[in-house]
Amino acid sequence: MVVLTAVLTIGGLTFLLASALIIANRKLYVEEDLRIDVVEEMLPHANCGACGYPGCRPFAEAVVAGIVAPGKCSVSNAQGHEAIADYLGIAVGEQTRIVARLACAGGTNVARNRAHYSGEPSCIAAAQVAGGGKACTWGCLGHGDCERVCDFDAIHMNSHDLPVVDSARCTGCGDCVDICPKDLFSLHPEDHRLWVACRNLEHGDAVLAGCAVACTACERCAVDAPAGLIQMRDNLPVVDYSRPHATRVPIERCPTGAIVWVDDSVGMIRGAASKKILRHGALPEAAS
Amino acid sequence: MFSALRQHRSFAHGIHPPEAKDDTRDLPIRQFPFAPVMIVPLQQHIGKPALPVVREGQEVERGQCIAEPDGFLSVAMHAPASGLVQRIALAPGISGRMAPAIYLKPFPGSSQEVSDGTPCDVATASAEEILLAIQQAGIVGLGGAAFPTHVKLKVPADKTIDTLIINGVECEPYLTTDHRVMLEQQADIFTGIRYLLKVTGAARCIIGVEANKLDVADALRAGLPGDLPVTVEVVAVKYPQGAEKMLIRALLGREVPSGGLPSDVSVVTVNVATTAEIGRLLPHGRGIQERVITIGGPAISKKGNYRIPIGTPLRFALEYAGMAASTSRVFLGGPMMGQALPSLDIPITKGTSGFIAFTESQTRAPVEYPCIHCAYCVDACPLFLNPSQLGLLARAGQVERMADEFHLLDCFECGSCSYVCPAHIPLVQRFRAAKGLVRKRRAAP
Repeated sequence: MVVLTAVLTIGGLTFLLASALIIANRKLYVEEDLRIDVVEEMLPHANCGACGYPGCRPFAEAVVAGIVAPGKCSVSNAQGHEAIADYLGIAVGEQTRIVARLACAGGTNVARNRAHYSGEPSCIAAAQVAGGGKACTWGCLGHGDCERVCDFDAIHMNSHDLPVVDSARCTGCGDCVDICPKDLFSLHPEDHRLWVACRNLEHGDAVLAGCAVACTACERCAVDAPAGLIQMRDNLPVVDYSRPHATRVPIERCPTGAIVWVDDSVGMIRGAASKKILRHGALPEAAS
Repeated sequence: MFSALRQHRSFAHGIHPPEAKDDTRDLPIRQFPFAPVMIVPLQQHIGKPALPVVREGQEVERGQCIAEPDGFLSVAMHAPASGLVQRIALAPGISGRMAPAIYLKPFPGSSQEVSDGTPCDVATASAEEILLAIQQAGIVGLGGAAFPTHVKLKVPADKTIDTLIINGVECEPYLTTDHRVMLEQQADIFTGIRYLLKVTGAARCIIGVEANKLDVADALRAGLPGDLPVTVEVVAVKYPQGAEKMLIRALLGREVPSGGLPSDVSVVTVNVATTAEIGRLLPHGRGIQERVITIGGPAISKKGNYRIPIGTPLRFALEYAGMAASTSRVFLGGPMMGQALPSLDIPITKGTSGFIAFTESQTRAPVEYPCIHCAYCVDACPLFLNPSQLGLLARAGQVERMADEFHLLDCFECGSCSYVCPAHIPLVQRFRAAKGLVRKRRAAP
């Protein structure tokens, strides 16, 4: 009798709970588009956030819902974009590649240090100690926080302690923009090749005491450029990228090489009139 | 007889670094000469930069207002010497950024005389008028934070203040400015307290002094005016006893909540040098154009406490004080919370409490070893944070977790954790970097 009661109780309870689960499954079923899983599989799984979504899954949901075009994923290549577009039967969308650009050209061979920083080897730590040891207070500190934070191996410090962005690998995720204490990185479409590689707000030849490639605000680039393309603001040229900007004319007469042409295979190309840089080793530290 | 055995009041945790105050504590305050060119930054305080009211080429008088406050969170600037405004241009600042400053060339033989303005009489002025006078006098927290004093004294409408604490602790090693001010400017301090009591509406005032300054405590007690509700309390010698929250804890046993202000526990604390300046300047309607600093450290031959014009370039000050040629590092402020300077072209500002200079062998950085979780830092942290865990997270770059789960932003960077760490991990330096990153991210849209 005891056995029977136990079996009946447990059996009844099982039946009751099972029915509840079955009903809940029917009533609360979430209709999910199966294509989301497929699209997610086609994405690079970098979860970098460059597209503006928290990760690849939310991006896949947005693509399937038709909110964004697959071309927005900056990590995937044209082939990957087309595969997703073909699968969903939608347009690829604009495939502008966004890359990070550095607004400083002051490596150790051209830019002086005013002090020797011997603390924690990181830019954000150095910047907390009265701005770091660099003579130019706007310039790159060169301790490589951006190189360490880059998930795509797209930033490497060159022999002059200046980060170089590998455009082919850069996905425009913006991690370097976030980490740089001097705010020298910014994200730009790859075709923005006319580039001001300086943030020094001072003017005149005095700035050259700290850095040989600083902008002296001579305004030659603004004069030479097609009308309206370059405006001087706070002693720095500002390129208006909404106008046609595929011209190398503005860089040619720059005396220091602060405005450059960014070439993916060569790097920053300086104008013909800019002062030649002969030094390869680091500059001696300024006595102060 | 038993006074030596008596336990002074204190807070929990903290450390005992060498005080190193013997070299300068007995040296009277001396007036500093004018530098050939003074650089007066327009932003020496926390808040908005002041707006210059002079033009290039203009002649100004010592004490004349040369920049006016831009809004409530800003203070005025005054000419440190009679002379010519050379230019208004960018100058290197302590924050590491170039900031606008007024370059002033004093006239040869410029006198130390200061012209008076409109006096603010404590007996007749209202609280609002006193606050305005403090702002116009350009007074900021002279202990080092340089927060505008009139903002600090503006008590929110929903809070009342019962106690005014005058902070004369000066727990930072090497610095002796507050010590000298309390010995030499007692009348100014008591006048300043009258103004502060009127502004805050506090019923009583406590002057907190560390037990290594018993001569000050005795002198202050002897000179107390009978009509003021002031007591002088001695607190234990411990670092960071002079931190606002620690001192409130030691004197009143009240705890300022995380992210809160002293007014949350009905207290306002004001640095003793700030109090003395209020008492010295307001009765004459003058502005702050000089302050007392300690120039010390093993690499300085003429160590001392100097009343120095604001805007004096550091290089001039250190050369006058006889800096050794072998000096390798100069710290702004004391060795615990001060920072190493990358350039000597930085001017002395209102927030500068002193400079100490060291030679190479005295500042060699020790080798760092891994954390073994000994928890010395946990026992040292006056805010009861967990520096060990924070250090590991900083190493892993998890600054968001540090801020959200481990109260990183409560850390006021006293450096006790780094000081006690047997593995020589630069904990506070990493927290400072992490705080910089968190603030940058939170400020970003």
